[in-house]
Amino acid sequence: MATGISPSQTRTPRRPKVRGKSQRSAYVFLLPWIIGSVVITAGPLVASLFLSFTDYNLLEPATWVGGENYVTMFTADPRFYKSLAVTGTYVFVSVPLQLIGALALAIFLDKGVRGIDAYRSAYYLPSLLGGSVAIGLLWYIVFGYKGGFNTLLSGLGFENLPNWINNPDTSLWTLVVLNLWTFGAPMIIFMAGLRQIPAELYEQAQLDGAGRWRQFTNVTVPLLTPIIFFNLILQLIAAFQAFTPAFVVSRGTGGPVDSTMFYTLYLYLEGFTEFNMGYASAMGWILLVIIGIFTGLNFLFSKHWVFYND
Amino acid sequence: MTETAVLSTYELPKNDRPTPTLKRRVQPRRRLRQNIKHVMLLLGALLMLYPILWLLKSSITPESEILTSFSLIPTGFTLDNYTNGWQSGVGNGVPSYIVNSFIVAIGCIIGNLMSCSIAAYAFARLEFRGKNVMFAFMLAGIMLPYHVIAVPQYVEFASVGLVDTYWPLILPKLLATDSFFVFLMVQFLRGVPRELDEAASIDGAGTFRTFFLVILPLMRPALVTTTIFTFIWNWNDFFSPLIYLNNPSLYTLPLGLNALVSTESGAGLGPMLAMSVVSLVPIALFFFLAQRFIVGGIATTGFK
Repeated sequence: MATGISPSQTRTPRRPKVRGKSQRSAYVFLLPWIIGSVVITAGPLVASLFLSFTDYNLLEPATWVGGENYVTMFTADPRFYKSLAVTGTYVFVSVPLQLIGALALAIFLDKGVRGIDAYRSAYYLPSLLGGSVAIGLLWYIVFGYKGGFNTLLSGLGFENLPNWINNPDTSLWTLVVLNLWTFGAPMIIFMAGLRQIPAELYEQAQLDGAGRWRQFTNVTVPLLTPIIFFNLILQLIAAFQAFTPAFVVSRGTGGPVDSTMFYTLYLYLEGFTEFNMGYASAMGWILLVIIGIFTGLNFLFSKHWVFYND
Repeated sequence: MTETAVLSTYELPKNDRPTPTLKRRVQPRRRLRQNIKHVMLLLGALLMLYPILWLLKSSITPESEILTSFSLIPTGFTLDNYTNGWQSGVGNGVPSYIVNSFIVAIGCIIGNLMSCSIAAYAFARLEFRGKNVMFAFMLAGIMLPYHVIAVPQYVEFASVGLVDTYWPLILPKLLATDSFFVFLMVQFLRGVPRELDEAASIDGAGTFRTFFLVILPLMRPALVTTTIFTFIWNWNDFFSPLIYLNNPSLYTLPLGLNALVSTESGAGLGPMLAMSVVSLVPIALFFFLAQRFIVGGIATTGFK
């Protein structure tokens, strides 16, 4: 496929001079995108910033309230903090574990195994299905009181089993497990990255007397850091925005006791069931800022640990 | 969403290292290691697939026995769950959810294929004022969380009376707002030699003919990837339909499935599981038919 095209062909220095006619046709080609950018993306983005300083419920005109939404959020809304904590736990527990598992398995598979394609598919398939309502329902059933998980545990002799979904101490963890289950996507990125490490480097390291572990720490890891970084950003952004599993498992409530109140779920409830659309917009902007900060920090720190070969 | 993934996809160099091949005669110790490895990988695969297999098995198990068994071996066989599930649901029921989901998914696919390919062509091949700014804006769009713009977008669509239609789901795709796919196609076009369009232009073809007769046919692999992922993501999408579709007769499959749990007309556990299977079948089919595109080849970047 496309990978067959070598990078040397990719860029020709000569570029045709800009002429009026070609300019015009460029804008014609871009017309849908330009309209979309204004009407669907940029417009709503600006509008959302404006709405975040208003009180708005869709039926009455928005009234300007200044920074009140933000003040309420940070000083008088425990649920906001709760939803931050829930999403934070979800992100910072499941993403690192997911990446470690993905990397370990990618290395394991990279050494060449018969039937590698079948294994790869088996490990990858869940990540295509994990975000669906169907799998959310399955989790709801399996981890519920009389669900398959408890049947399994009681078969192993455990007693007094909780309803994992209805117990505020455990409900979030069922969702963490669900996210871990989808580690196949980063795994495949790692596998592609591993195959780009030139064999000569390993041979050289071997000649220099490096054992397997040294080869791993001194060749594999440094050369893979760009991919690790890439996966980290990707999974962080995705995890911050997780919505469907929490909605399905908690039946749209974020319960029990707000234990699965993901940030996005709270935003949805505020905006689309309470119709506090100003408040929801403010929450949206905070989410944007949070994701921006983490992505920015990642880029900043990446200078210290990401190694680019070129 | 996770689509950012692809940044490097089309740029992945070819493997420097051939896949290690197994020697025909392996020493006993090595063979033992290989076998242990296989056992571990098989167990791991079984664990990964267990939830899906259990779902499949439970969907053909009599309802009373579903929750009592975690084994994967069916204890009975019945299609009742499927026939009951098929007739359940609010609005016009499950068959209508499936039709609706296909309408939305196909609309999104057509939208993305048309709008993203022409935008990508302009970004990759044509020169125009403001190009860099627009390109940067497009890239930033990949990272933008949908939840930030969800509220004003809803207000916008509500003000023109498009709530409870499929337009809020399809129109954004017709306007190339899935920046991810625009970027994917730009990256792809960077790999297509410019000589081809230059030759076309020397032969007197304008930009439109060059695009439709030369570029578009060459973009096939990128278009296939776009089709696959547009289908899977929109088939699974829950948030946008949840916001925009209130009328049960318009429900897509994820909405309908979710409603099966809460409604009195809901048919219970067995049918719910059976219809969950039905909802996953198209994704699984796409996956098995297009594995080469998803897992191997370009999509080696693993966006979900």
